[in-house]
Amino acid sequence: MTLRWRAIVGALLAMAAVVVVGCGSSDSGSSSGSAKGTMVMATTTSTRDTGLLDVLVPAFERASDCSVKTVAVGSGQALKLGEQGNADALLVHSPDAEEAFMKAGHGLSRRAVMHNDFVVVGPPGDPAGVARTQSASAAFKRIAAARAPFASRGDDSGTNAKELKIWQSAGVTPQGSWYFKTGQGMGETLTIASQKNAYTLSDRGTFLATKGLDSKILEQGDQALQNYYHVIVVRHSGTNTACAKAFSNWITSPSTQRLIGAFGVKKYGRALFTPDAGS
Amino acid sequence: MLIATALGDVGRSLRVSISASLIAMVVGVSAGTVLGLARFRGRRLIATFVYTGMAIPTVVIGLVVALVLWRSGPLGSLGWIYTLKGMVIAQVLIATPLITGITMAAIQALPPELPDQLLALGASRRQFVFRLWVEARVPLLAAVMAGFGHAISEVGAATIVGGNIHDQTRVLTTGIVEDVGKGDFGPALAYGAVLLGFAFLVNALLTSVQQRGAAWANS
Repeated sequence: MTLRWRAIVGALLAMAAVVVVGCGSSDSGSSSGSAKGTMVMATTTSTRDTGLLDVLVPAFERASDCSVKTVAVGSGQALKLGEQGNADALLVHSPDAEEAFMKAGHGLSRRAVMHNDFVVVGPPGDPAGVARTQSASAAFKRIAAARAPFASRGDDSGTNAKELKIWQSAGVTPQGSWYFKTGQGMGETLTIASQKNAYTLSDRGTFLATKGLDSKILEQGDQALQNYYHVIVVRHSGTNTACAKAFSNWITSPSTQRLIGAFGVKKYGRALFTPDAGS
Repeated sequence: MLIATALGDVGRSLRVSISASLIAMVVGVSAGTVLGLARFRGRRLIATFVYTGMAIPTVVIGLVVALVLWRSGPLGSLGWIYTLKGMVIAQVLIATPLITGITMAAIQALPPELPDQLLALGASRRQFVFRLWVEARVPLLAAVMAGFGHAISEVGAATIVGGNIHDQTRVLTTGIVEDVGKGDFGPALAYGAVLLGFAFLVNALLTSVQQRGAAWANS
């Protein structure tokens, strides 16, 4: 091999090294070299139904040596999967349950990722007059007073927890034939609510992403309707902590946060999630 | 509270699947008998359709029934989507091909000289068919039981058409899916045991009829 060839090969190797190091530091902060293998991320149905996962997961897999299996379930079950050591990382939105989870020592770290908002949706005719109210709890009061059909997830999900909290603040114990539980995900519950001319509480993203609905947004913008997502690294023997940490660092890194902030703008004309990391 | 929920789910499962099996029995046994006896052009094609129907995934049936019963669908004005009536329709469609197919095979498996003998004895049309059913009673019962078993154990159509609405359309199978989704494995296992119990009862009944039939034939 001539001297010139050696120089070229050497220069290429040096460039490759710079690129690799550069990517590592810009993309994933402190991604450790040992993070590899398969990890299970338990997350909520809203991140799947909006299509956010389809963007985030491949991007993370490109940026790391980890391959991700996602399990999209209600926040309640996601936390349970973490507790049992069946998931390595969690991306969930049920703040009270998350704090209990951390307090019980099941998590190594919990960091803010993003938020979106819930909306009260219902039949276009709005028989309960929800659109004229100023807050979520006032809206729920009207629905209960009118005994207008209301579809509850009834599945311990983050959305279900939020719904029950609003009923509580409205001072109403929802029961009776007008209040029914589907026990299913947000998309299915929206479809059922639309078909049955019922009101329901949904995250905005899933509402926009679900096709074929007649329902309209009737109440939004209340502070009580904010929906915060956190990423949790599970503490349990046998979990892939290295990949989970790498994911936690990656999803809160500035470039990923920009990706989250831009998600949905093209398709829905507005961002579905507001990045929160670092705030 | 929990017991009341469970009893409600068990009751709905039985009500829907028994009604569906009875309707499917009337349709399936009649159609199967005609297909088993008659010789006409296109019989083979219809038989192939029936056997295909026995293998249709139940979710596909659920999807089609939901599209029809949807508020915007052709039968939307009935308001049967997310009701037990809708679920019965779906399960009738699930069980009928099974019952038709097994009946057809059972009628064809009867001794070939039997129809001629019956006609020679001067049996009326009604007596003729009735006698054939009596002869084929064990496989016919097996057909109905298979239809019932298929209907009560399926989850895809029950979810899509029923919607798993608590205290309204939640049944054993959709309840299991929901409970597993929540990580509540205890109730899910209990529901599984109930379903298994039904399967055992159905098969015990079938076996006893079969044995009695055999003893009769030997005597």
